[in-house]
Order: sequence, then structure tokens, then C-alpha cells
Amino acid sequence: MTPLAAIPDGLLLSVTVFWPLAVVVGLLVLEFFSSPRLSDRIWRAAAFAASLVGFGLTLEVWARFDPTVGGMQLVQRTSWIEGYGINYYLGIDGISLFLVVLTGFLLPIVLLACWNDVVKRTKQFVFFMLALQTGMLGAFVSLNLFLFYVFWEVMLIPMYFLIGIWGGPRRIYATIKFFIYTMVGSLLMLVGIIVLVYMHRAEFNVLTLDYIGFAGAPGIADTTVRMSGDVWWKTQTWLFAAFALAFAIKVPMFPFHTWLPDAHVEAPTPASAILAGILLKLGTYGFVRFALPLFPAAALEYAPVMITLAVIGIVYGACVAMVQGDVKKLVAYSSVSHLGFVMLGLFAFNLTGIEGSLLQMVNHGISTGALFILVGMIYERRHTREISDFGGIAHVMPVFATFFLITTMSSIGLPALNGFVGEFLILVGVFEHYPWAAVCATSGVILGAVYMLWMVRRVFFGPIVHEANRKLLDLSLREKLVASALVVPMIWIGVYPSTFLRPMDASVRTLLATIEARGGETGSRLALVQALPEEPPVPEALPESGEPAQLDRLDRLDEESGE
Amino acid sequence: MTHENEAIRLIPLFPLAAVVVSGLWLLFARGSMSRGAVIAIGCGAPILSFLVSLREVFQLTRLDEGQRFFVDNLYTWISADPFHAELSFLLDPLSAVMILVVTGVGSLIHIYSVGYMDDDHREDRGFQRFFLYLNLFTFSMLMLVLGDNLLVMFVGWEGVGLCSYLLIGFWYLEDHNAMCGQKAFLVNRIGDFGFLLGIFLLFWAFASVGSPTVEFHEMSANVGKLADTMVTLPPALSFLPAFPAWKLLTLACLCLFVGACGKSAQLPLYTWLPDAMAGPTPVSALIHAATMVTAGVYMVCRMSFAFSLAPGASATVAWVGGLTAVFAATIALTQKDIKKVLAYSTVSQLGYMFLAAGSMAYSAAVYHLATHAFFKALLFLGAGSVILGMHHEQDIDKMGGLRRRMRWTHRWFLCGVLAIAGVPFLSGFFSKDEVLLGAFAAHDLPGHMALYAIGVLTAGLTAFYMLRLHYRVFAGETRATPEVYNAVHESNRWVLMPLAVLAALSVGVWLLSPPDLWGELLFGGMRKSHSLHYFLQEAAFSAPHDVSHATELGLAALATLFALAGIAAASFLYYFKPEMVDRLTDRVRPVYDVLWNKYWVDEIYDFLIVRPLLWVSENVLYRLVDADLIDRIGVNGTARAVRGVANRGLKFLQTGFTQSYLVIMLIGALGIIAYMMRGAS
Repeated sequence: MTPLAAIPDGLLLSVTVFWPLAVVVGLLVLEFFSSPRLSDRIWRAAAFAASLVGFGLTLEVWARFDPTVGGMQLVQRTSWIEGYGINYYLGIDGISLFLVVLTGFLLPIVLLACWNDVVKRTKQFVFFMLALQTGMLGAFVSLNLFLFYVFWEVMLIPMYFLIGIWGGPRRIYATIKFFIYTMVGSLLMLVGIIVLVYMHRAEFNVLTLDYIGFAGAPGIADTTVRMSGDVWWKTQTWLFAAFALAFAIKVPMFPFHTWLPDAHVEAPTPASAILAGILLKLGTYGFVRFALPLFPAAALEYAPVMITLAVIGIVYGACVAMVQGDVKKLVAYSSVSHLGFVMLGLFAFNLTGIEGSLLQMVNHGISTGALFILVGMIYERRHTREISDFGGIAHVMPVFATFFLITTMSSIGLPALNGFVGEFLILVGVFEHYPWAAVCATSGVILGAVYMLWMVRRVFFGPIVHEANRKLLDLSLREKLVASALVVPMIWIGVYPSTFLRPMDASVRTLLATIEARGGETGSRLALVQALPEEPPVPEALPESGEPAQLDRLDRLDEESGE
Repeated sequence: MTHENEAIRLIPLFPLAAVVVSGLWLLFARGSMSRGAVIAIGCGAPILSFLVSLREVFQLTRLDEGQRFFVDNLYTWISADPFHAELSFLLDPLSAVMILVVTGVGSLIHIYSVGYMDDDHREDRGFQRFFLYLNLFTFSMLMLVLGDNLLVMFVGWEGVGLCSYLLIGFWYLEDHNAMCGQKAFLVNRIGDFGFLLGIFLLFWAFASVGSPTVEFHEMSANVGKLADTMVTLPPALSFLPAFPAWKLLTLACLCLFVGACGKSAQLPLYTWLPDAMAGPTPVSALIHAATMVTAGVYMVCRMSFAFSLAPGASATVAWVGGLTAVFAATIALTQKDIKKVLAYSTVSQLGYMFLAAGSMAYSAAVYHLATHAFFKALLFLGAGSVILGMHHEQDIDKMGGLRRRMRWTHRWFLCGVLAIAGVPFLSGFFSKDEVLLGAFAAHDLPGHMALYAIGVLTAGLTAFYMLRLHYRVFAGETRATPEVYNAVHESNRWVLMPLAVLAALSVGVWLLSPPDLWGELLFGGMRKSHSLHYFLQEAAFSAPHDVSHATELGLAALATLFALAGIAAASFLYYFKPEMVDRLTDRVRPVYDVLWNKYWVDEIYDFLIVRPLLWVSENVLYRLVDADLIDRIGVNGTARAVRGVANRGLKFLQTGFTQSYLVIMLIGALGIIAYMMRGAS
């Protein structure tokens, strides 16, 4: 019985979301009143402890989650701004559950990983990291569109400072690019939200921004969005476009991806890990939470476009990653490729594909987060990320090389590690209706191995040509802990993915039912397999029933032995 | 009768446990385990697996004919409706043969490695790391052959690829080795691409007839429903006039076969295998001769229920196999690296196995797979012993006369040479005859007589290059410098013991299960239960043939004739008249150059695929699309345009960089809202 169990269901999500912010605000107050000032060390330790508790809270959410329920759970709703339908409304389902757990999981790891890394303005750094966590968690569990939008934007601010203060030489360019790119998308989404609210009021005569209806009242998700009308005026299409653009920039999908490599290269290690690990998932989460169920007909109509962009992203990201000289830039482009897979699975519109995508979001968070953290470890030692500055590292840092190789294998989808399960389900799912997209995307399996293994070979193998590499120290105990903590879920998801797939089932089924009910038929639209209209082929000389194959073989055995 | 057998999981579990223990040690403990502990864990695991395998296979043979299979279901691995895959193992006659080979030959090679890796001091913990990788390989290979569905098989399939990568590049400080390992992995990935597509296609095909499954028994029970299913290609591909519609099973089997080509080094994906010789020699013996490279053959046999309903795919398998067999054999004629000769020989022999599998003579394929595992492992281990004795010299031009300095190695190696050459009454002779008989009798296979002829010709070539290798290494006067020659030593017992066992098996393993004809002739008929052919029928049904015994004997005689001719030619050239070799080489210089340069296939691939891909990625995608089109023109261009407008028309708004955008955007947004509201309400 943990003390966390004492938190009532209705408050658990609130506590989880605001715990990190509460801790840093508390630290600020303490800092204000204490003299002498609190040391960096105390801040760091307190933040780490807080993030561990935060992880515990997300685990508590998981423990209380009922996998048989398809709707929202652990719901909390109180009025916030009366009269405008703006409510403080939180809830979680199988779609957001593991993104929340992932956020809780990555934070302590990232903080531990950068323990000695960030020496400049440590207190501010800690403040922004935990504030960022609150923003991300809040966005994942908000059920009121206003609240979602607030969290969505609030997230940007800490990330802006994290890159802008602790980043590399071109950090200002990178932050502004990141900020404006995202802003453009966000504003379009805001427009979409406002339009939706008015449409909702026109239909139901209540003003609310609740996404999911509460206690029988209709929510935005129940609004009828027209798909009829002349070619240029299909409300659903335009609204879908507005939402899709906002999320596509965040994902990022080709061709809106160019902010990502810049942001990653300039961002400090912890910000990179969080950015790739969690922040990008907001985009794909947005698609699956809002864009698909709200505008199913438009989503289906434009699925070929989205799938084409996803496939281009997969191949394009991999090809460009291949020619990068900077490890971080390579990993950044690999993210474009991997997130292409996630988008692909979502637009498969079947359970296999969507569950694959949801799992792949978690996988990408762990694997790419791990890659950035590992790259950070070597950057801390050598202060370079150029592939050509390395070579033969496996000889001086064998433990580091092992962890890096496992992470690489997870990233390129080696079976029995996490990446495979997600990618495989996505590809199986997509193959049902878009076999050619699946074929093209599967080529990403080859290209993914190409860029990762080229990088691994040039960094870890071959002779040691740079003297500076000869005296590198292998991982410390702290770093080993960080790396092991990341490898454990890679193996777990790869070997026993049911832990993660089962809780998604009911919610994804609900989602598909919603999509179908709201006007998109998810059944077979493209017939790949067309049986010839002849009589069903009957295997020769079959006994009535039982194990036809076995008996059939026996018969043939007898025939043959008789001759 | 129950077919549940929970002991099966033990077989892969032992090597996995060894990997976990050894791996955790390497990651978290300081230094290496003691040498004794490494040997005990590293060799103990495969030996235990072998013992359990023996026991379970024995149990299997005691089941009723036609009902011989054990299933061991652990848990549901991946499931998202309708896709479903269990983690479960299947022991049937086909996997029984494979696990015996994998754990049996594997154990011997583990023991051999103790002697071989003993003098390797390049790295403190290299010895332990080597055994860790070997155990990981054994585990993966057992997953591959024991997997009860395509997905578990794929786990092993990729796992052995990973181990191959790690072991080829084991001495990674030399860039060449790391390159070769990487090449193996990447070429295999091209094959895996096909394998995955095959899985997708089969899964949805079976789903369309109401049984979404990738499990072997279920697939084979339902495959009849798909026998006539066609797939229409999209209009974009209608330029393939001969195939307006493909038979689904043919397409699926061809996809799977792409995977097999990668793993089993067939045309056009064979190029990685000769390079794989960069790895330590026990690795070449275990992975690149006896076990992993035969996975493709195993897969085709395992999927025989589908291949036998897809004549087009089977014909492709047979022709690719036949052509690879003769193609690789010709290259082997000229190579000078002792391991390269054996590598091309392996490619060629794998081609033989595919020739049999494509002729639907699956039992012949498996028979040759098993005997080949013994004699090729023997040859590689013998070569390893030579390499040890010569202090890591591999060029046969610098050998010769070693029979006097390495008596035992010489003897055991000769057993292997004669076995692969097809000398009568050694194991290679029987399995090769079965393969050729399969091709000869496959009337439905287009051009089966041509394939038979290719097979016989390859038999002659094989005998020639193997005897050439043997003479160049062991016979005549030495071409090594006296210092080197005098330093040559016979290898230690760890090395020689496995050689002796493998030599005995290469010579006499056929006695366990001679082909029907020879069983009858030599032993006056046998019980069917002793025949591998009948044993395998229920797992991979080979088409019965109508060749009379007399014809069969004639075929054997013809093949033997070619083999003996090859032996005679090699003996004449390399033993009796070695001075003629150079003159002969000069006569056929152009042909010789083509073969010596391996048809320039690597260079062609590099020129046609690797360079263009890199060039396009660098110059078109990265520099043109990403940097110029999207960033410079798209993103920054918009920014400049906005700034320009703001500068001129909206100067009063321009308070800074970011803000000006936001204002413009807000105005635009409000405009759009107003416009949209008109339509919405």
C-alpha cells in the first residue's frame, strides 16, 4: 500500500499533472525565504526525487486504469470560466495512458543523465524541465479544448528557453524557427477550435469547449461536421486541414520537418531527449485524439495524401539521415522517418495499425530518447558530435558501445526489441488497404539499417585514429543506470508487448466505432485480394472433418508407400 | 495423445541463459570471467541443448506416424485484432533434423573455438565476448528452426543476422572486418524486406478466407482455399504484360524466397557471404557454412505447403539455385584464399539445396543440408586448423606440403574433401544423388533436364576445385618460406577432437538413413521409419517420383563419372603436372580474369546502387529539397516576404521579429474565422 493510493480517483490526474510544477514553485518559495540560498545540488536532488515521485504517480494512474473500459477514466471536471463552457476537465483512456506513463518515465532518466552536464543556471534549468513536464502531461489528459490549447502552448515556453539558453551556437535561429513553425500550426488549430465551438452551439444550443460530453451533455466530439456541399466548401475538409497542419508540424511530417534537425542539433541533451521522446508525440496524439474522430470522412478522403506524405517521410528521412555527418542530426532525421511510420499506422484505420502506432509512439520515445541521451554521454566527454571525430570507440568504451548497439537495434526494428513490434503491426495494418504504401514503407526497414549501421561502424569500429579517443572513460555507474533503465523497457515491449497492447484495446475499438459512426466507413475499400469466382477448391479426397491437413498428408503417405 | 511438450522450450533456453549471465557480467562486473567459467558456460549451454534435443527427438520418433509433432506454447506474443502470433515452438520431423544439426555441430564448434580463440589476445574480454555471441547465435538459430509461426521464425531470422554481423566484425579494430559485417547485415536486410512482405501478403490472404494466421499448421490446413486466388496488380504496374494477374501464392512465395536468397546467399544477394570470411574461422564454420546460411532452405521446406501449390515460385527457386550452384562453383575454381574457396563452395552447395527444394524434393534438400553441415563444417574447421598452424596465413599460394607438418588435420580435411567431391559411399555422394534425382524427376519443372545437367556439371566442378584446394595446401613441396614452414605446428586437442568427430560423420552419417535405393541394395530393404525421406514426409511433403531403380543407378553412375573426372583433372594439374597450371591459366587468361574478379559483381552493385543512392540523398534530397526548396524558399522565403510586407506596408506594426509574425497571423486567423462562420452557421 503506497501513500499514493490515498489520493482519490477524481484528483489523481490533477496531482500527477501539477506535481512537478508544485515542486519547483515550492523550491522557489524556499529559495526566497532561505538564507543562504539553496545550492544547485539541492535543486537538482529535489527535482530528481520529485520526478521519481512523478513517475510513481503515473504508475499509480496505470494501476488504477481499467483496461476493459473504452471511454474516459479517472475523470475530473470543475467549472473554470463560467459561461464560456471552459472547464477544468481531465481524463485518461487507453490512447493517452502510455504517453502519460512515458512522460513520467523519461523525466527522471533525463534528469539523471544530465546530472553533471548542465552547470550553467542549474536552478532555472530544473525549473523549466519540470514546468515542461506539467505542460506535456496536461496536454495528454485535457478533455476541454481550451485547457488543451493552454497546455499545448504552455509547453512551448519552457522548451523555447531550454534551447535558447542552454543550446549550441545557432540556438537563437533554431528556437525562433521552432517557435514560429509551431505557432503557425497552433493558430490554425485555434481557428478550427473556435469554428467547432460555434458549430456545436448552433447544433446543440449550448456553449461548451468540452471535447467529450460530460454527464449526458453533448461535447464538441458530437458536433456534426458537414462533408457535403460544393467542392470548395466542405467544412470538414477545411477543419481537418487546419487541425492536420497544426499536428503535422509538430509530428513533424514531411515537408514540415525542417525545424526539427535544427532544434535537435542546437538543443542540449536533456531537451533533445524530451523533444524527441515526448513533445513530438503531441502531434501524433493530436491526430488520433482529435483529427481522426472529429473529421473521419475528410480523414478517410485524404488518407491517401497523408499516407503518401508519411511514406515520403519514411524514405526521405532515412535517405537524408544517411548522409549526415553530425550524429544528432542523423538521429533527428531518423525521427522524421520513424514518425512517418506512426502516421502511416494511424491512417490505416484498423485496429492493428492504430495499436501499432500507439505502441510505436512509446517505442520511439524510448529508443530515440535513449539515442539522444547516449550521444549526450559521448558529447560530454569529447565535445563533438561529428562522426568523423570518432572511430574505434568500442575498444575504449565497450559498455557504452553495447548499450548503444542495443539501442540501435531497437531503433532499426530488430525483433524481440520494441521497435519491431510497433513497426510490424503498423505495416500489417497498412497492408490491408494500402499494400503499395506498405511495400514502400517496408523499404524503410532496409534504409533504417543502412544509416544506423554506417554511423555505428564509423563511430565504434575501425582503428582509433584520434588520440583524444584513446583515453576516453567508459560509463560511470550513474550512466550505466540510466542506460539500463532505458534498455529494460526496450526488451520488455519487444518480448511481451501485451502489457502495453491490452490496455489500448477497448479505447482503440471505441475510437474506430466513433469513426465509423461519424461517417467514415473503415471497412474494406481497396480490394487487394480478389478470389476468382469459381467453386471453392477442395483438397483432393478429404475426410469429413477433423484435422484435414494431417489426415490428408497421411493419405498421401499411404498412396506413396503403396506404389 | 497430447502434443503439448513443455520440454521443448528448454532447448533454446540454455543458450539464452548463458547469454544473460555472461552479458550481465560483461556490463556490470569488472574484468572477464575466468577462462574455465567461460568455457563451462559457453560450451555447456549448447551441449545441454543437444542432449535435450536428442531426448525430445527420440520421443518424437515414438509418436504415431503422421502425428509426429510436439507443440510448446509459451504465451501470446503479439496480438492486435485480427493479427495474432503466439510465442510457441514446434518440434516436427523437419525441425528435429535441424535442431540436431544446430546443437550437434554447434556444440562441436563451440569446443573447437576454445582451442581456436586461445591465442587471441587483441582484447581483454574477447574470449568471453566471443562465446557470448556464439551462444546468442545458437539461441537465435534455435528460435528460427523451432518457431511455430512465421513471426517467431523471423525473430530467429533477424537474430542470427545480428550475430552474424557481430561475429564477422568480431575483430572490429580492423575497418575491413567491420565493413564486411555491415555488408552482411545490410544485404540480409534486403532479403528481410521480401520476407516481411511475404508475411503481410500471406497473413491478409489467409484472413480473407477466414483464418487470419501466420501459424504453420493452420496455414497448411487452409492453404487449399487459396490455391486459385489471384492478385491483380495496380494499373501502374500493368506494363508487365505476361502477368496481368498473379497467383497469390506465387507472389507470396516469391517474396519469401527473396528472404531466403538473402539469408542463404543466392543470386543476386550472395555477395555478402564471401566477405563474411573476415570473421574468425569457427564462425565461418558454424554460421556461414553449417547452420545460418541453410535457414533459407529450411524456410522453403517449412513453407513447402505453399511452395508446392505455387509452381511458378518453385521453378524460380530451382533455377536460382541451379544457376547459383554453377556460378559460384566457377568462381571457386580460381580463388586463392583458403576460406574464400570454401565460401564460394558453400554458396554453390546451397544452390544445390535450393535446386532440390524447387524440384519439390524437400527431403533431398534437407538431406543435403544435413550432410553438407557436417562436411563443410569439417572443411572450415580444418582450414582453421591450417590457418592456426600457419600463423594466420590464408593464401594457398604460400602453402603446400603441409601434410608432413599437420598429419591429423590433413587426414580429417581429406575426409571432408572426398565427401563433398561426391566420392561413392561417403555421405556427400548420397545426398548429391538425391538432389540430382529430384531435378531429373521433376517433370513439371520447366527445363528440369537442363537443371539436371547443370547439377551434374557442378558436381564435376566441385570435385575439381576441392581437390585443387587440397593439393595446394597439403601436397607437393611447400611454397612457404623455410622460417614459416618450420614454425608450422599441428593444432591442439580442442581443435583436433571436433575435427575427428566431424570427419567420422562426413564419411558415415548416411548409414543412419541411406536413400531408399541404397538401403535396399546394401541392406536388403529397410524399415520406412529409418528413412529420412519418409520421416520428413509429414512435415514437408516431397512429390513421389517415377524413376526406376535402374535409371537411378545410371544417374548415380553419371554423377560419379563427372566427380571422378573432376578429381582426375585436379590430380593431373595440381599433383602430377603442377608446372602446367600457369601455362593453362595463360591460355584462358580472359576467362580466368573474369572468374578471378568474381564477375565484378561487387563493383557493379556499388556503381549501380550504392553510389547513386548516396549521391541522390546528399545532393538532391538533403541539399536541394531540404536546404533549398523547403528551408530557403519555403520557410525563410515566407519569413522574408512577411518581413518585407511588414516593412513597407505595416511599418507601424513592426516592433520586432516574432511579434510581427504573430500579429499578421492573428489577423489572418480572424479573417479565416469570419469567413468560415459564414458557412457554418
